[in-house]
Amino acid sequence: MTDASVPQNVAPPPAEVEDVELYHAHSWITKYVFCQDAKVIAIQYAGTAITVGILALVLSWVIRLQLAFPGAIPFIDAQVYYQSVTMHGMIMVVYMLTAIFLGGFGNYLIPLMVGARDMVFPYVNMLSYWVYLIATLVLVASYFFPGGPTGAGWTLYPPQSILTGTPGHEWGIILMLASLILFIIGFTMGGLNYVVTVLQARTRGMTLMRMPLTVWGIFAAAVMALLAFPGLFVACVMLLLDRTLGTSFFVPSIVELGEHKEYVGGSPILFQHLFWFFGHPEVYIVALPAFGIVSDLISVHARKNIFGYRMMVWAIIAIGVLSMVVWGHHMYVSGMDPWFGFFFAVTTLAIAVPTALKVYNWVLTLWHADIHFTTPMLFALGFLVTFVNGGITGLYLGNVIVDVPLSATLFVVAHFHMVMGIAPVLVIFGAIYHWYPKITGRMMDERLGKIHFWITFLGAYAIFFPMHYLGVLGMPRRFYEMGETAFVPASATTLNIFITITALAVGFAQSIFFYNLFKSLKYGAPAGGNPWRAASLEWQTPETPPGHGNWGKQLPVVYRWPYGYSVPGAPEDYLPQNAPPVRGERSP
Amino acid sequence: MTAEHVSTEHVTIEPTLRSRALGVVADWSSDQRSFKSASWGKAMMWIFLVSDTFVFSCFLISYMTVRMSTTVEWPHPSEIFALDIGGKKIPLILIAIMTFDLITSSGTMAMAVNFAYARQRKKAAILMLVTAFFGAAFVGMQAFEWSKLIHEGVRPWGNPFGAAQFGSSFFMITGFHGFHVSVGVIFLLLIARAVWRGDYDVGRRGFFTSRKGRYEIVEIMGLYWHFVDLVWVFIFAFFYLW
Repeated sequence: MTDASVPQNVAPPPAEVEDVELYHAHSWITKYVFCQDAKVIAIQYAGTAITVGILALVLSWVIRLQLAFPGAIPFIDAQVYYQSVTMHGMIMVVYMLTAIFLGGFGNYLIPLMVGARDMVFPYVNMLSYWVYLIATLVLVASYFFPGGPTGAGWTLYPPQSILTGTPGHEWGIILMLASLILFIIGFTMGGLNYVVTVLQARTRGMTLMRMPLTVWGIFAAAVMALLAFPGLFVACVMLLLDRTLGTSFFVPSIVELGEHKEYVGGSPILFQHLFWFFGHPEVYIVALPAFGIVSDLISVHARKNIFGYRMMVWAIIAIGVLSMVVWGHHMYVSGMDPWFGFFFAVTTLAIAVPTALKVYNWVLTLWHADIHFTTPMLFALGFLVTFVNGGITGLYLGNVIVDVPLSATLFVVAHFHMVMGIAPVLVIFGAIYHWYPKITGRMMDERLGKIHFWITFLGAYAIFFPMHYLGVLGMPRRFYEMGETAFVPASATTLNIFITITALAVGFAQSIFFYNLFKSLKYGAPAGGNPWRAASLEWQTPETPPGHGNWGKQLPVVYRWPYGYSVPGAPEDYLPQNAPPVRGERSP
Repeated sequence: MTAEHVSTEHVTIEPTLRSRALGVVADWSSDQRSFKSASWGKAMMWIFLVSDTFVFSCFLISYMTVRMSTTVEWPHPSEIFALDIGGKKIPLILIAIMTFDLITSSGTMAMAVNFAYARQRKKAAILMLVTAFFGAAFVGMQAFEWSKLIHEGVRPWGNPFGAAQFGSSFFMITGFHGFHVSVGVIFLLLIARAVWRGDYDVGRRGFFTSRKGRYEIVEIMGLYWHFVDLVWVFIFAFFYLW
């Protein structure tokens, strides 16, 4: 394909799209509140997501306190317990992880990393955040309505989620569904922006195969979200109609408290299909941005180009495609045709191939590298370990015959917290430590950061590793209290108490992070434009923090990929993406 | 090759499948834009429509699933959607008119796009108003159909003709589609006004967005409108004909 007669280092072609006219905010309100600048929107998104994330953390303490000391804390009754389980799950998966990766990091990093001035539709982007905020407020508002929030479990399976006896069946479930519908509308507005910006608004020289893997991960996740959220949207609309108008989409003929309900002929399994058609891609909507970010963190802090860049990109795409056809593995215990079980098991296990490829490439990037054990690097390494751990238990659970006995136990809780709880959260921390200097112009405290890392990482293992053991013992998940059971030994209770105490400690230890976050805003060491000596484009902005429009007068021109580290013969140990090629250099 | 063999005549070279495929690969591996002929707005609308296709697909598949899961017989659409005209029951006549109306509106929309690019503002605006009129007429006929069915006792939670899911699916799917048409009508009116006033020639800024618009918005609007039309064809086929 390559023509030897064409010089490799020709300048990129001229601009195809004229530079955009920027919207200039004139008042404080339009600059910091109703702001159309993606960077401000990103911080609003991340701030809101972290705030509800703290609520979810507190709810997880409620769950753990009940499991370790059943009945000891007076206000935790069965209703509060189930509401906490539900809200913890839904907030963490949708309102925290999805929002912070796509709305937070997506908004901040995509325009900077592809060399754009802003997202392509800044006004729509702003609306996206405000709709997300309203969705969050509607969700939290369910605490102040009669009956409180729904306690149906985060999967909201009907018929149980809309019948009396489930906490929050009065208002909680209605507000939950309304909030999800709003979230999806808001997300669609943002998601269109992320996808179109990556596809159509790259700067000169920025080919798709020169984009940092962070952008690839967020891009693939945004595409998947645009295709998967419709499933949840439709499920929410139909469940809302079942609950409010008494339609029978999901509810069959049913007797409740001795009373024969009006419902007739609905299909509860249909809801599960729609929900998991969203729910499984959702795992990768969270994981793919984390994969991308971790690739960049490892490459920068190991001073080495990412191993197998092209394969990394294709693995992201393969994982994205495969993850759209594996949703049935969440429904093995719902009962299905054995051939479907076979199909979903095969596709599920096939995802391990591109995922393992990525893990090997991360490890091979570290091989013989100049590893700097900075805080972001520690978090990236922590991610590798927890992710491999959670991925391996995923191989267990992908098999029908192994899943069926383990499905309702703490083993599943341990699995998904390792793979899509702890692992992405470690990446979020690492990413904040990494990009904080660009966002604020100041470094975060490394010593506090390392203390934060070790407590979080070791603590997370102490919490979730024993849960595997409890799960294999048969300790069920979601149960309010165990009572007297022959198969759970007394030692399990001791283990539960240990897990709870660790969870409380690790949760409180996060205040170290927040202290560091706010203290460094004022007292952090000035960072300069590129403290990590990173090659990708966001570190080459003329100002730090980047100004409105990101790039000053002239858009950058890209000549190479974002992984130019330890390049032989280069003046420094890295070559920025916008460094013009030297004579005779082959353009990478 | 000698000079005599070189023809100066104009030769059209038909692109082969291979050269087309290579062209797509070249576009996607180039910088700046992956869709070389699409503006940001157009790309956004196409991608939105893909997402919306998934929404409508989920609705239609769910409708088919509940139609199978319900134990009660499904009402006959050709009998329920029939009108008494001159003492005779004509099946699906209103739906046929609605479908014809919506497809006609797609035609006027396409003409509006053409005139907008030709900068014939008045013609484009009038054609958009005609499109909006057809759209409004569609929603009006749908309202008539809804009120007729409600009058006959069809409710989202049950109906006298058979399976309760018939009414639920009907109101939900046609309602969601009618909502799309209504949103389209509102935007058609807004854009028609802007075209009529010449906003896109003088660079007048939008009230909310404070940005200048371009005539391309008419085509983007057209993409949405044709999509809503296409979705109706599927609803027509799966709900009314089946």
